[in-house]
Amino acid sequence: MIDVNVSLSRWPFRRLVGDEPDGLVANLRKRNVGQAWAGTFDGILHKDLSSANERLASDCRRYGSGLFVPFGSINPKLPDWQEDLRRCQEEHKMPGIRLHPNYHGYDLKDSAFSELLRLSSSRRLIVQVAVRMEDERTQHPLMRVAPVDISPLADVIKSERGVRVLVLNWNPLEDLETAQKLASTGRVWFDISMVESVGGVARLVQAISIQQVLFGSHYPLFYFESALLKVREGGFAEAEARAILEDNARRLLGT
Amino acid sequence: MNRRTLLKGAFASLAVARAEEAQNYALESGRPFRIWDDHCHLGSIPGDTPEERMTALVRWADRLGIERLLLSQGYCTALHPTPAQFQEENDRVMRAVHRFPDRSFGSVYLSPAYPEFSVQEFNRCVRDGPMVCIGEVEADKPCSVPEMDLIVERAATMQVPILQHTWLKIGGNEPGESTPYDVVALAKRHPDVPFVCVHTGGDWERGIRIIRDTKNVSAEIAGSNPTSGFVEMAVRELGAERVIYGSDVGGRSFASQLGKVLGAEIPDSAKELILGGNLRRLLTPILRAKGYRL
Repeated sequence: MIDVNVSLSRWPFRRLVGDEPDGLVANLRKRNVGQAWAGTFDGILHKDLSSANERLASDCRRYGSGLFVPFGSINPKLPDWQEDLRRCQEEHKMPGIRLHPNYHGYDLKDSAFSELLRLSSSRRLIVQVAVRMEDERTQHPLMRVAPVDISPLADVIKSERGVRVLVLNWNPLEDLETAQKLASTGRVWFDISMVESVGGVARLVQAISIQQVLFGSHYPLFYFESALLKVREGGFAEAEARAILEDNARRLLGT
Repeated sequence: MNRRTLLKGAFASLAVARAEEAQNYALESGRPFRIWDDHCHLGSIPGDTPEERMTALVRWADRLGIERLLLSQGYCTALHPTPAQFQEENDRVMRAVHRFPDRSFGSVYLSPAYPEFSVQEFNRCVRDGPMVCIGEVEADKPCSVPEMDLIVERAATMQVPILQHTWLKIGGNEPGESTPYDVVALAKRHPDVPFVCVHTGGDWERGIRIIRDTKNVSAEIAGSNPTSGFVEMAVRELGAERVIYGSDVGGRSFASQLGKVLGAEIPDSAKELILGGNLRRLLTPILRAKGYRL
């Protein structure tokens, strides 16, 4: 099983079961996750992202014996972010990056985002875009952050034929028209961590191609079992479940 | 439900069978959990009739080993239902329950905005009908208003629990929307009536603290993101006897809410209570009075 959405380090507002690297490894192994695409919570608020990405890469090497695949954080509003991108790929050997546009103060129409996509595409990096981290209604009162408006993405990626975007922490069923528009580009994938409504993952698979739906748990901020049980609730045939749980991610990473 | 049945089917292939092997949701004794869901609606479910929607709901519940569904509010999405709408939605719930009497119970939808009507509706649906609970009470007025007392006093005569919707939205609640503070105020006026603080205010780290000292209020985990730590904190601060599983389907999935309990770092004995034992205990008087099987 491949989990495309886990995070290392500390969530700023709460200690979590599994927020130490060895604990995270143990908990993922216990659930038989064979590969976990890991970002870092530090990437949300830290300004020294070079250091955050260095720690992420180091932890991914030290813990888990190859379990973790690191996805560094890039903030295109920081000076010389291009160097961070270079280090992610060339020094840390990361296959992709993770973005938090809402925490970093830009929207998807921003020219900095387009530039980041262009460079990522030229480097063959997967771009994860986290729409939100938590329910806006329950955020810390001094840290209220609206979710990312994902709708401009389809237009932004028109000119970037090689780009691969994995949307994390979004419920596409809330805006199926946008989800279908994005899916039709063939360059956008979705994780299931925040897909909601009963039978939601099955409904999503009916609306877009199953090949673009990936297993992501948002662990350890979310209970891992939530995503796992969503697949069970969907009542998928064996091959379909395997596609969501593993094959689609493997294919995305390999393309 | 046990480890094998929980994931059987979805993870049948060799590639993912290892995932099944890693799960251990069963009680150490090997007995499956008996899962009762206290918070189900017929809204956002495919189907033209209550019976069709309930059929779909039971199919999904079966996949996750959920034994019983407590239904309320019918299809309703109105913020201010009229008495006629309350009746219509309660009728829909009773039709759905009638279709699946061994898999569901009904809970009557009422409002303190219409206290006299609400008592009549309670009599129609609970005293003289098949329903076994009050709520999810959600509409029009905070539950701390004095008009709610008439409804609670009626509930007390038949020992039925009250499920009260609550939220604590950082951007502000809807007009008339209850908070856990409202539930506490009401529960303190009626210390012998069991209340369920539905959603535990959503912002559970505050909601749990608010209800902590009011022993006749239980925390319900339905209808919020499956954020790690919710169930652990509730068990730590309230005791497992005061924590209740619910989903809030169809807007939410069974899966995301069940995952809160099955993924929690708590003993199986606590999970057993949360997943159904506590709800069965709260409903025991009315179920026995009506001759229903527990």
